[in-house]
Amino acid sequence: MTIVDHGLGNLYSVSRAVEVSGGVPLLSGDPDEVRRASRLVLPGVGAFADGMAGLRERGLDQALREAVAAGTPLLAICLGMQMLADASEEFGEHTGLGLVPGRVAPIPATGTDGRPHRIPHTGWTRLHLPPGRSGWEGTVLEGSQEGTWVYLVHSFHLQPDRAEDRLADCDYDGVTICAAVTRGAVTGLQFHPEKSGPAGLHMLERFLQY
Amino acid sequence: MTAVRLIARLDVKGPNLIKGIHLEGLRVIGDPGEHARRYYQAGADELIYMDVVASLYGRNSLHEIVRQTARDIFVPMTVGGGLRSVDDVREILRAGADKVAINTAAVQRPELISEVARRFGTQCMVLSVEAKAQGEGRWEAYTDNGRERTGLDVIEWVRRAVDLGAGEVMLTSVDREGTRSGFDVALVRAVADVVPVPVIASGGMGSAEHLVEVVREGHADAVAMADILHYERATLEQIRERGLAAGLELRRP
Repeated sequence: MTIVDHGLGNLYSVSRAVEVSGGVPLLSGDPDEVRRASRLVLPGVGAFADGMAGLRERGLDQALREAVAAGTPLLAICLGMQMLADASEEFGEHTGLGLVPGRVAPIPATGTDGRPHRIPHTGWTRLHLPPGRSGWEGTVLEGSQEGTWVYLVHSFHLQPDRAEDRLADCDYDGVTICAAVTRGAVTGLQFHPEKSGPAGLHMLERFLQY
Repeated sequence: MTAVRLIARLDVKGPNLIKGIHLEGLRVIGDPGEHARRYYQAGADELIYMDVVASLYGRNSLHEIVRQTARDIFVPMTVGGGLRSVDDVREILRAGADKVAINTAAVQRPELISEVARRFGTQCMVLSVEAKAQGEGRWEAYTDNGRERTGLDVIEWVRRAVDLGAGEVMLTSVDREGTRSGFDVALVRAVADVVPVPVIASGGMGSAEHLVEVVREGHADAVAMADILHYERATLEQIRERGLAAGLELRRP
């Protein structure tokens, strides 16, 4: 399993979590290795523009698109998931990988009751089935319970254009946040499976069985 | 809803997990890694490691402990003590930390907050504040385990730090720390109500009731627990059950 190294984030935890879940992690920032990978993880924390710049500098954006077009399973985590989108509004307008149609926008500063809530949205939240999705069979969430607790921290969120790309939602004071997306070989998780205890490790195990 | 986080705080001196009162008079508790693993298995939502003598020597010596801990603990880990530069932060993140807690270096050079936030994201930059009460409704920020005054008003300092890019605040009451007499609820509320970022209440937790109080009355987003766990006054499970029974939103691991 190849973990894409684009210069941002705590890759040690992702790497260890893959190992504990039964995979053999290889850290790489080499586009050719990304094209040849059997499975890909795209981690990342920090700002959208920095993440995309890190990918482009190394030619990894094109390599990721080619790998996905060839059917290589890709698991994108946190900023990684946001980079799947067409574009982001974080500190200006920035182009993403375009692998999941949609845009990245700021989380509303208030809940639906109009009261301000914490930004960054930080901590443990529960995963729910989005309206119209009957279950999680055949996805990384197979075997996870409705209401599974996961850890996330973010100020922006991906809003997918198509309802069928939504894999899981979470609720933030009445605001529905897309917690996971899936489209073909691509899965994006806004939360950190490598920081969500045994529940998160279970998802990585599922991904390894694809 | 986001759950209130139950965080195990581990203060470390050299190779040992230690515990003091008012951040002083340190007693050795045992091996930090062993305790960290035990708390993870018991369902701690997060861990905080603080090198309590680091700012004295000007460096953080937790790299090896952090690396060992990150091998088999899969919840967020914050590390603090003696971090003075973007390079220091990068190194500790490479060792497996997810966030850094910074006090002394931020007081001396507040731009460090912006530098860390810009490079690693605001979520990574936790402002650590050691607060001492100065009469009704006023607190002063201290450094070096509550020994050195800064002259900074806690509320003003936290506001400024959040403007500079701090994404979270760990608020330690030096007055309550190690006393088991409950959090300084007024302090926590005074800070939590003026900043948009999450606030971790630290110092004074002696029972599950203190958790309920600081969330309800103090508007805390998380609590840091040390004494109560290290001396096994209550288990994480007992604390969680009491909190749930009182109606708090808490993660069931």
